Amino acid sequence: MAKKTTKKPAGKKTSRKTPTRAGGAATASRSRGGSWAERDAKTAEAIRGLADSIVKSSLAGREPKVEVPTRSSANTKWNKSRGILQMGSARQERQLFNLGQARKFMQTLLHGQGINELIDAGKTLSLRGMYYKGLHTIAGTGGKGRAGEKTFDDQTESDAILEDLEVTIGALREELHVFAKKRGTMVGNITVIDNGDEINCRKMGTGGYAVPSICEPEVIQFKDVEADFVLHVEKDTVWQRFNEDRFWEQHNCILTEGSGQPPRGVRRLLHRLNKEHGLPIICLLDCDPWGHYIYSVIKQGSISLAFESERLAIPEAKFLGIRAKDYEACGLSDDVQIDLNERDRNRAKQIMAYPWFAENKQWQREIKKMLSNGFKMEVESLITKDISYVTEVYVPERLKAKDWLG
Amino acid sequence: MAKKRANAETMASKQREISVSEFFAKNRHLLGFDNPRKALLTTVKEAVDNALDACEEAGILPDIEVRIEELVAPASASKSGRYRVTITDNGPGIVRKQVENIFGKLLYGSKFHRLKMSRGQQGIGISAAGMYGLMTTGRPMVITTKPRKNKPAHHLELAMDTSKNKPEVTVDIETDDFPETSSGTGTRVVIELEARYVRGKTSVEAYLEQTAIANPHAEIVFVPPDKAGEDPGLEDASEKSPERERGAGATDEIDPTESRPGADAPGSFDAEIVRTTEHADRIVYPRAVDENPPETSEIKPHPYGVELGSFLRMLKDTPEKQLGGFFKREFCRVTPAVVKQVCDAASVKGKTFSGQTWVKNIDHASAEKIYRALQEAKLRSPPTDCLAPIGVRTMLAGLLKGVKAEFYAASTRSPAVYRGNPFQIEAAIAYGGDLPADQPARVIRFANRVPLLYQQSSCCAFKSVLETGWKNYGMSQPRGSAPVGPLVVMIHMASVWVPFTSESKEAIADYDEIRKEMKLALKECGRKLGIYIRRRQRMKREGQKRDVFERYIGEISKACEAITGTDAATLYEALMKQAKRRTEIADAVLDEDGKIVGFKDGNGRLDGDDGVIILDGNGNGNGGGAPNTPGKKPGASATGQGRSDAKVAKGSKGKQGRKKGTKPPRSREGLIETGPGNNEVVESKPAEKSRKKVVKKKLVKKKVRKKVRKKRATEGAGLFEGG
Repeated sequence: MAKKTTKKPAGKKTSRKTPTRAGGAATASRSRGGSWAERDAKTAEAIRGLADSIVKSSLAGREPKVEVPTRSSANTKWNKSRGILQMGSARQERQLFNLGQARKFMQTLLHGQGINELIDAGKTLSLRGMYYKGLHTIAGTGGKGRAGEKTFDDQTESDAILEDLEVTIGALREELHVFAKKRGTMVGNITVIDNGDEINCRKMGTGGYAVPSICEPEVIQFKDVEADFVLHVEKDTVWQRFNEDRFWEQHNCILTEGSGQPPRGVRRLLHRLNKEHGLPIICLLDCDPWGHYIYSVIKQGSISLAFESERLAIPEAKFLGIRAKDYEACGLSDDVQIDLNERDRNRAKQIMAYPWFAENKQWQREIKKMLSNGFKMEVESLITKDISYVTEVYVPERLKAKDWLG
Repeated sequence: MAKKRANAETMASKQREISVSEFFAKNRHLLGFDNPRKALLTTVKEAVDNALDACEEAGILPDIEVRIEELVAPASASKSGRYRVTITDNGPGIVRKQVENIFGKLLYGSKFHRLKMSRGQQGIGISAAGMYGLMTTGRPMVITTKPRKNKPAHHLELAMDTSKNKPEVTVDIETDDFPETSSGTGTRVVIELEARYVRGKTSVEAYLEQTAIANPHAEIVFVPPDKAGEDPGLEDASEKSPERERGAGATDEIDPTESRPGADAPGSFDAEIVRTTEHADRIVYPRAVDENPPETSEIKPHPYGVELGSFLRMLKDTPEKQLGGFFKREFCRVTPAVVKQVCDAASVKGKTFSGQTWVKNIDHASAEKIYRALQEAKLRSPPTDCLAPIGVRTMLAGLLKGVKAEFYAASTRSPAVYRGNPFQIEAAIAYGGDLPADQPARVIRFANRVPLLYQQSSCCAFKSVLETGWKNYGMSQPRGSAPVGPLVVMIHMASVWVPFTSESKEAIADYDEIRKEMKLALKECGRKLGIYIRRRQRMKREGQKRDVFERYIGEISKACEAITGTDAATLYEALMKQAKRRTEIADAVLDEDGKIVGFKDGNGRLDGDDGVIILDGNGNGNGGGAPNTPGKKPGASATGQGRSDAKVAKGSKGKQGRKKGTKPPRSREGLIETGPGNNEVVESKPAEKSRKKVVKKKLVKKKVRKKVRKKRATEGAGLFEGG
């Protein structure tokens, strides 16, 4: 439910503004409009090229196929010098006349058609919107009491195709006129200009500024960046604690959260704050493999979006806590321990083996320590000390001591 | 000692000869009259067997009518009722003076004393049936026979004196009341008996059905009790003239399938399928081949099959004076060279034998020596012209008639020998179609074309089915049992002397030689079935694949049109053409009209094999979902095209098949096919490399298998000829 409703205002906004853009009228405030139009032309061209090659080979009696760069860990390369994950050059053929690929082939073209329409109309759709856009029963299936075959079984299927399409035609999601569900919140000493609207993040009350899924310079600009650093926390509950204690005011920072694995919007935002304004990114995450991997994604980029690492990864990001040593260092009670299960252990070992962790002695120690502890801890465990222990003691002390992992 | 013990004299007063008929009257189960249900079947069986034998011997295509009337219904399900069985044939008839001997005397016949392939062997069958009828109902057997074309028929009523094994003729008149038959001659036997009419596995109907399968040259009309009263007019007609009835059936009685194939080309198999038809008043098992089985010759016994006792008796009874003449007259395959060899081997110091040795001078000990030497001698196998196998085509025709399946295969082994008796094994299978898929295969067994309905599990034929590894051929087979699946297995043993396990001739005895041959025959069929099943699976896969492609191609063409403006219909057709090409194997079957695809002469799909027929009854396949029709109506044209494509594929498939061994023709990427007329585009290009490999592998396998088969065939012949 939330998925469908959250983006409504934004969708309206864009659609309100975009017709002028698409109309091609070179009106005033469109300094960025020019670049959008270029990008659109490029994207549309790429999609047409894709379809053209299929038409050509079909009419020539050759097998139509699409080359899709492989998005798998095998095709992800660790660029040590730059400290980010990058996508390798492996490509996969997606063929129509291959039983395992035919359906995906069809879906790729359906979404290509959808995006083509979006670009023509100058509108954007959410991932879920795209799912519905491409969704219909395939003609000729079903009947006789049987349900027909749908073009997409669920949104996951559609999302994956869109990511494939991104890498295939080398366009970003926003260039495809597609955005994700909004997730993540920001507050702090910064003013953001979002699609022309000025938003003072110092005055966001208890809710904070919802980070949009598209954080490209064309949509979001920063103004009055007074903060010294960014504190990124794992989830909303912790963020609330910090916001209520006005932590960002006292320590002059920006406070963000990504509701678990941060979405592209949040990562892009952090990346830009780091790159454009030199703000250090400090992460406060759980002491478990999941938290470690969130840090890894923020720092190096993720496997499935390796092709976007350059615009998302922040190699300088720091991991402040929770650390495996904190159980003793902070004198926490037994009650906060959550036993590591078999899956956790395996995941931890897997993470330890990632090349970008394997060479990091600090991290090897950290994960080993967690494994030898035999338990994980959430940020909330600090509440057992005191309600505001985390904002008043833990984080300030660690910041002061620069006690973090890099 | 209150009671006086018997002494030799008193005992002697009670000792007397037992008549054979008396013996069998008391031991009727030995002849197959154990219970009322079986009695009815045996009666029909003996009469029909005799009729078929007589017709074939006289060179007449058999027309046989079996009519069973219920005179008194069984009081309850377990009790017997009274039935009248009438069997009419168009055979040569029987001369007047032989009638009472043939029908009224046990152990009287032409077949016992000779080694010749025939249905009956001992000459007890029909007279036993008459005796059984007489015993249970008191009604004599009524025989009407017309041995000469334009003379009246003899009408006899026969009772039998069981104590004397002697027939009693109660009525003996000449009559004109005999149906007109195609041959102008014929015989009708009417027996009334206590019996029970049932349906099912061991019923008269099952027997006739199987008889029709093994004897497709015969036309059998069956009027079961529940149909006997159905249509009085027709009944009347049929009683008078089965010929007329058949004519009526052909002209106005429905069913074009009843028309005879092969009328124009005798012996060749017509493409039309002749099927059993059921009418309101009768069941017709039509003739499927218009040629009697070849006449078989009588053979003399082969020394290997003769026991010492018989040998001594033959030595005693022979009219020949000298040993050489004796061997020549009484045995087959004993050449003068062999005689010399045997004589030399049997000779000892002081007592030498040669071809000139006087037979009467040979004493018991010498005879035994000669017999042993004869058994040791290397002899050629007996001649095989005494055997008339049903033959692959005829078996297939028979199965087609009686079993609704989609795949038929048959094989005839070369003759072999057990105990000096030549025999020949044939097997056929029918698979798929309407056959039940979840039950054990049905095994139908034949000995000299006679169906064996009882004692399946003790029969050599059934055991050989169990011992065959059907899993190798794509069937499931629980341990130690028959394969499970839509399968009918037919096994036929042709021999001058079929070794039955009992007098009632229900199961074939278990000789190693026989079982081995049966298994080999089954394996031959099984291999063909395996190829077919695998091919079918592949076709099914390809068909499903085509479905998938077809579904998506519509979507893709529409999407491409939206993006590039290319006409969706054009694109759709181009892509469908590719899809068809890539899944062409599926076409070969899916687009058939459900008719015969062909025998193996180039049209069939099992390379160059005569023993296979494939029908496609289930034309469902790919037509299920209507194809997407963007723009114009490419759907309709696509289907039409598919059909003609298929024909091309089929036609050229044979070619391809022959070529297969050498080199699979490469498909040519980039060439635009010119459509249905283009024979070049046959080989489906496997979409992936891996599949290409698989196909190649398969070809190699097939090649090897062919070689092996050839080798086996020659081995088989050698085994037999070489002795």
